[in-house]
Amino acid sequence: MPKLPGMLVGLGVTAKTFIKTVFPDGPLAPPAPSKGAHTVQYPHVKEAPPDRARGVIALHHDNCTACMLCARECPDWCIYIEGHKELAPPRRAGGKPRQKNKLDRFDIDFALCMYCGICVEVCPFDALFWSPEFEFSEMKIADLLHDKDRLADWMETVPEYPAYEAGAEVKIKKLPSPSS
Amino acid sequence: MNPLISSFLAINPPYWVDTLAKIGIGLVAVLLPTGALVYLFLFKMMSFMQSRLGPMETGPYGQLQLLAEFGKFLQKEDIFPSKADRFVFAAAPFVVLVSTFMLVLVLPGGPDTHFVDLNTGIYFAMAVSSVSVIGILMAGWGSNSKYSLLGGIRAAGQLIAYELPLVLSVVGVVIMAGTLNMKGIVAAQADFGVWFIIPQIIGFFIFMVAVQAELTQPPFDMPVAESELVTGYLTEYSGMRFLLFFIGEFATAAVFSAIGATLFLGGWTVPFVDANAEIMDYIGPLVLAAKMVFIAFLIFWFRITYPRFREDQLQRLAWKFLIPLSLFNIVVTAIFKVVF
Repeated sequence: MPKLPGMLVGLGVTAKTFIKTVFPDGPLAPPAPSKGAHTVQYPHVKEAPPDRARGVIALHHDNCTACMLCARECPDWCIYIEGHKELAPPRRAGGKPRQKNKLDRFDIDFALCMYCGICVEVCPFDALFWSPEFEFSEMKIADLLHDKDRLADWMETVPEYPAYEAGAEVKIKKLPSPSS
Repeated sequence: MNPLISSFLAINPPYWVDTLAKIGIGLVAVLLPTGALVYLFLFKMMSFMQSRLGPMETGPYGQLQLLAEFGKFLQKEDIFPSKADRFVFAAAPFVVLVSTFMLVLVLPGGPDTHFVDLNTGIYFAMAVSSVSVIGILMAGWGSNSKYSLLGGIRAAGQLIAYELPLVLSVVGVVIMAGTLNMKGIVAAQADFGVWFIIPQIIGFFIFMVAVQAELTQPPFDMPVAESELVTGYLTEYSGMRFLLFFIGEFATAAVFSAIGATLFLGGWTVPFVDANAEIMDYIGPLVLAAKMVFIAFLIFWFRITYPRFREDQLQRLAWKFLIPLSLFNIVVTAIFKVVF
């Protein structure tokens, strides 16, 4: 025979959850299950994403030198980069013209992307950033290929870096801020 | 129904009109509480007990979810496993449903409101409820799948084991009422003064446990142990046939709750109203529905609270605990009936 006191405690737990969900303001207020339940009714109510949430990848194209590291390290091969070399004027008069990489095409195919973040981690010039935006579904799969301009648009949604912890050693380094 | 229809419409309808009307009302009487139970308890009450909301988008507060589910199941492909026994596989849901619809015949709704006035009312009900076991076995065997077969065999063992406590718990009520007739049992409760749940509290407890097992609801849902057997004997069913089983499960819950309400909670009687009043012909079914909803609430509350019994624990509970307890209940009831 199963233990009766334990069974009654179980019934008490479900009954208590029921009452707390249906009457979150106490027994005298009218029933309000939408408020009492833990469910967040998504399209009507949107939760703020946590800090450093990873939604979509943004490109700060001024920093990108088309080194191809992100395209190489991507496990899904979803980054398409094309670039060409240009000659920039020398820094000092009488010097040699410098070779610079210019970015022609930088596409990320978000239908393939698995949002692992390896490209963001690996970029040596801090050109790729995580943005918490996730509502970018499309009617056609081909529209999920975001080109250079769209990736630059996502930069507006990238949050500032969170503040350092109190007492942490502040690194004095030229860290590019997303808003620059 | 006969006096009710004739007094309401001031005509005496021929037998075939009367029968058709009873069939229609019987269908409504089974399907309407089923739908209400599924929405109120399965979707909403169980959700609130788990601190979630259940369906909210289809219709206001998800009230049209059942309609959406109905439409969804209707448009699904009717799959037959290739080596399945076609007739057995196809007939199984109907066998289960037939036993449910026959069960509703004996329910009294008022002093003159009934489908059929059987002198062996409750005996007929217990006998007919066993027909659904055959339906479940047919489903398990006809699916030609080892998971379904295991589920069907477990179901057969469980349902047969809990038939006895179900019937024996009812015998206590029958002894106190002195008749097998359902209307007689309700009248006896009105005469006795207090509903049979108070003197027959042990019988009520056994009845609730046995009903939970007969409906294969958790904690007795080994036959449909979702995490183990996919859906047990239901695995190979899709579309409309699955919906028939689903409706059968909840319709049987509704009807058994109504039978429990009739046996233990005084049926359609209301405490301070005369049991033979004319008005009870009309209010009686509503009162019975309210009591049915209460007992169904208990069934679903137990369903959401308890984890599953293992098959051997389940059988041990039935044979070694519930049957001796129900026999003890019968003996004590008989002694009290004779002595007092």
